[in-house]
Amino acid sequence: MARKIGDVIVDLQNISLRFGGVKALTDISFNVKEHEIRSIIGPNGAGKSSMLNVINGVYHPQEGQIFFKGQLRKKMEPHEAAEQGIARTFQNIALFKGMTVLDNIMTGRNLKMKCNFLQHALYWGAAQKEEIAHRIKVEEVIEFLEIQDIRKTPVGRLPYGLQKRVELARALAAEPHILLLDEPMAGMNVEEKQDMCRFILDVNDHYGTTIVLIEHDMGVVMDISDRVVVLDYGKKIGDGEPDEVKNNPEVIKAYLGTSH
Amino acid sequence: MLYREAGQFKASYAEDARIFPIRQDRIGFWVLMLVFGVAVPLLTNEYWLKAILIPVLIFSLAALGLNILTGYAGQLSLGSAAFMAVGAFAAYNFMLRIDGMPFLVALVLAGLTSAAVGIVFGLPSLRIKGFYLAVATLAAQFFIVWALVKFPWFSNNSSSGVVTAQAVTILGYTFESPEAKYVLTFLIVAFMALLAKNMVRSSTGRAWMAVRDMDVAAQVIGFRLMRTKLLAFAVSSFYCGVAGALYAYTYIGTVEPEGFNLDLSFKILFMIIIGGVGSIMGSFLGAAFIVLLPIFLDNVVPALFGDALGAGFVSNFQLIIFGGLIIFFLIVEPHGLARLWQIAKEKLRLWPFPH
Ligand SMILES: Nc1ncnc2c1ncn2[C@@H]1O[C@H](COP(=O)(O)OP(=O)(O)OP(=O)(O)O)[C@@H](O)[C@H]1O
Ligand SMILES: [Mg+2]
Repeated sequence: MARKIGDVIVDLQNISLRFGGVKALTDISFNVKEHEIRSIIGPNGAGKSSMLNVINGVYHPQEGQIFFKGQLRKKMEPHEAAEQGIARTFQNIALFKGMTVLDNIMTGRNLKMKCNFLQHALYWGAAQKEEIAHRIKVEEVIEFLEIQDIRKTPVGRLPYGLQKRVELARALAAEPHILLLDEPMAGMNVEEKQDMCRFILDVNDHYGTTIVLIEHDMGVVMDISDRVVVLDYGKKIGDGEPDEVKNNPEVIKAYLGTSH
Repeated sequence: MLYREAGQFKASYAEDARIFPIRQDRIGFWVLMLVFGVAVPLLTNEYWLKAILIPVLIFSLAALGLNILTGYAGQLSLGSAAFMAVGAFAAYNFMLRIDGMPFLVALVLAGLTSAAVGIVFGLPSLRIKGFYLAVATLAAQFFIVWALVKFPWFSNNSSSGVVTAQAVTILGYTFESPEAKYVLTFLIVAFMALLAKNMVRSSTGRAWMAVRDMDVAAQVIGFRLMRTKLLAFAVSSFYCGVAGALYAYTYIGTVEPEGFNLDLSFKILFMIIIGGVGSIMGSFLGAAFIVLLPIFLDNVVPALFGDALGAGFVSNFQLIIFGGLIIFFLIVEPHGLARLWQIAKEKLRLWPFPH
């Protein structure tokens, strides 16, 4: 493999997040290294999605610190996380329903587009040039994810599996450093899952994109992850390479449910 | 021949990104421009120009303004008429108080004034959505009309706030005849519709639609909610403001604040619901429909039923039809007449072989 795992790029220290009385995350520390595929697993309600929301600034933890590329991160809004090169997909598809596939993916490039609304209004000239330059980039993503024939389709009309793929395309269009994927394969059949796995591995391999993945399918997780962190009831109960995690007695207990 | 795109291959993304990618649409557009820009003023009479065509154009522009805010950016507003009032009275004051103020400059300044007021009343949208935002824009509607009546300065101390628009002169030519006023209105509205179309098909429009469809995802992708929403309020109010100024200067000539009441705001809202929410063309179709329907009914109902139904009947009948249509479009076809037109085109594209 061409890629080499690099230094720690996101470092979470002692993160606690509460919603009223609900403790979603309790004193969690873990890190993500550059270029790796880092999975987060755990039973339903364990706090996995909350973890991603903390990383990209949708939720702000009450306690703990986040270091991004070695710098202590202040309270950060989602669009600032996007500016830092963090893109994501959602557990419940969050596409823009009234727009076509192409327009959805084009939105992924908004931070790289510099024209203002007056230039857009006049269109011919700078705005047109910019639009076409970014369209070319978007077409590369479309080709990579093999969705050429649905470009002009309104996303609402697509089947679930394809919607998930378009959401990945929108995230990839941003050319992110870090890609957060929240259950990208949920509800897919075997063939669709295989495709999705291949895309994730290819992105990681070709572009060196760091990937944080939440997935329930243990086969997939153990296959493609470099390191896995295990959450249960908002607490970290395991962290390490797939083999290590698989044999961790606490993890086995949580998954077999003997303790509850 | 007919409406076919066979044989029209797009060789570049530039061609694919055109306003009208299909040749027949392009031709149709220019035919429409020629018909409404040249043939109509030459061939129609004064009644049509003054009572139908000019108001249709002006209401189309206001509907377009509301459509940018509600249809594209998803922020419901009941204050469109108030922003028209701001535009009308701003244009009046710029013309009145600044010597030698050119009309077109006053028009742009009127739009900008309205945009500034729109931003102020758009601020609640950062906190509230949907029904509650609609109520907040209702406050704008009442406050603005109240302020225009309350402070006589706005109407140059005229009694009950009635003002008479000054003559419209551009480069020494005074627009007096209905034909001249129509052509001027047509050019301004067509130009602004083109600018709007350009905005909604580029990144600005995608930002608005993204915020409309899923605001959390829009933020996560990097759009700034505040900037995007306030820009929608500003641009929308600019359009309504210019529409209001045209309403005073090329349509009725004398305006008073109460003319821009809640009824008018609702009328503009109905235009976009019937014409098509989130469609530039729908704004025109809806405005035409709502201006023409009462005229049509006034002529047709008595012709069919004579005087048997009484005078009050026609106006009540009109309300029943409006109500029915609005319920129909809200439930059955939320994208309005524009969508029906699009479906017809899709059918025609495949006709006579539907598979
Ligand atoms: N916005 C919120 N408001 C209140 N409670 C929340 C919110 N988001 C998450 N929670 C709570 O935090 C806990 C963790 O939720 P989270 O969605 O992170 O779990 P998860 O591991 O992603 O579960 P799943 O596998 O079902 O997706 C749950 O108890 C959930 O109810
Ligand atoms: Mg989850």
